[in-house]
Amino acid sequence: MIPFFGWLTAILAIGGLYWGFFETPDTLSDQKQYYRIIYIHVGAAWMSMWLYIMMAAWALAGLVFQTRLSFMIASAIAPTGAIATFLALWTGAFWGKTSWGTWWDWDPRMTSELILLFLYMGYMALQSAIDDPRRADRAAALLALVGLVCVPIIFWSINCPNPNECAALHQTSKPGGGNMDPNILIAMLVVALAFWMYAFVAILMRVRNIILERERHTTWVNELNKLLEENK
Amino acid sequence: MRDLTLAMRRRTDVLTTLFFFIIVVSLFPLGAGTEKIILQKIAPGVAWVAALLASMLALERLFASDFADGTLEQMLLTPQPMFILVLGKVFAHWLLTGLPLVFIAPLVGLQYYLPNEAVGTMMLALLIGTPVLSLVGAIGAALTLGLRGGGILLSLLILPLYIPIMIYGAGVVSASAMGTTDLQAYFSILSGFLILALVLSPIATAAALRISVE
Repeated sequence: MIPFFGWLTAILAIGGLYWGFFETPDTLSDQKQYYRIIYIHVGAAWMSMWLYIMMAAWALAGLVFQTRLSFMIASAIAPTGAIATFLALWTGAFWGKTSWGTWWDWDPRMTSELILLFLYMGYMALQSAIDDPRRADRAAALLALVGLVCVPIIFWSINCPNPNECAALHQTSKPGGGNMDPNILIAMLVVALAFWMYAFVAILMRVRNIILERERHTTWVNELNKLLEENK
Repeated sequence: MRDLTLAMRRRTDVLTTLFFFIIVVSLFPLGAGTEKIILQKIAPGVAWVAALLASMLALERLFASDFADGTLEQMLLTPQPMFILVLGKVFAHWLLTGLPLVFIAPLVGLQYYLPNEAVGTMMLALLIGTPVLSLVGAIGAALTLGLRGGGILLSLLILPLYIPIMIYGAGVVSASAMGTTDLQAYFSILSGFLILALVLSPIATAAALRISVE
């Protein structure tokens, strides 16, 4: 599975970026080439949110069914999600500098993305602070769920700090791309798919490592070691 | 009840939290300058940030001593549902750390030249908001029970979750200081948070305690 998704990542990323750079208009209204950041920015932002939901879902599955693998997947998702969040913030800062003239603004989406990063950090910090893996898994899983309940509330409260007039401050994204050039939309979606595939690769590889690390005392891991050494 | 008695015997714990709040609040004018306009502007935010920090510092002790002497395990074994015991403990914790902040709030008003109506609003907002802080914080306290560096970890886990309460808690005071009279919506939202936290937090805390103690 890993090579399959790996190749898919490469093809989609190259294809999407090629499309984005060479098949699209050079300028988008008043933004020059800068708008091309969208290809990375939107994909990363989508992944950051989707991965948090997936992480919480696996955490819930782990707590309900008491399966160790679910916890392992949840903890494997966290670093990838944090990277996606960071990437979204970072590219967003560059884009903001070129189009709004500021690196950072206390805009609702940016603030929520930052808080999402804090939640990922909290999850990983709690996981690594507990020595007993069983307790670490379950405690972090519970935290992920509490975070999931709070995310909509946080997002909404930042969006509308004055309950008497809930005006969205941010530029809105229209479903279906609005009046966006279809080529840009296609490229953006393809790169977002590439991000998704990359997430599969990274998470599967990390899960493999976590399993090997946790099961290092079992016989099958030792036999695997012997096999590897014989092949050398 | 037991927690209250114990706390009364160690009165310094309560006073420490209270003085921490007062000191943090007093530091800001010294750092940001004592101009009236600036102070009035930052007062709600400062008061709420100080309240968050004060209630968070006290959280560490919420379950720690019971965990250390084994009382917590006994509590988990009792036939009563755990979340009721948790609710009791959180309530005691709030009486000792949250409620004093409500009564000390007029002092903040004096220091920051707030109009009287705003002070009243702040007291009411703190009265509704601080129990939410204790309730949400209890989840974090239960999760980090007995860990190395639990305190700093606790702040990392809990502070992001405090954000909505702070936004509306500070928002209502700002609105009131500017002379807005229509504060109903703010208080409805804060009360909504309180009800949500009252229902969900004890359950999550009880689950977290089981994970931590086992």
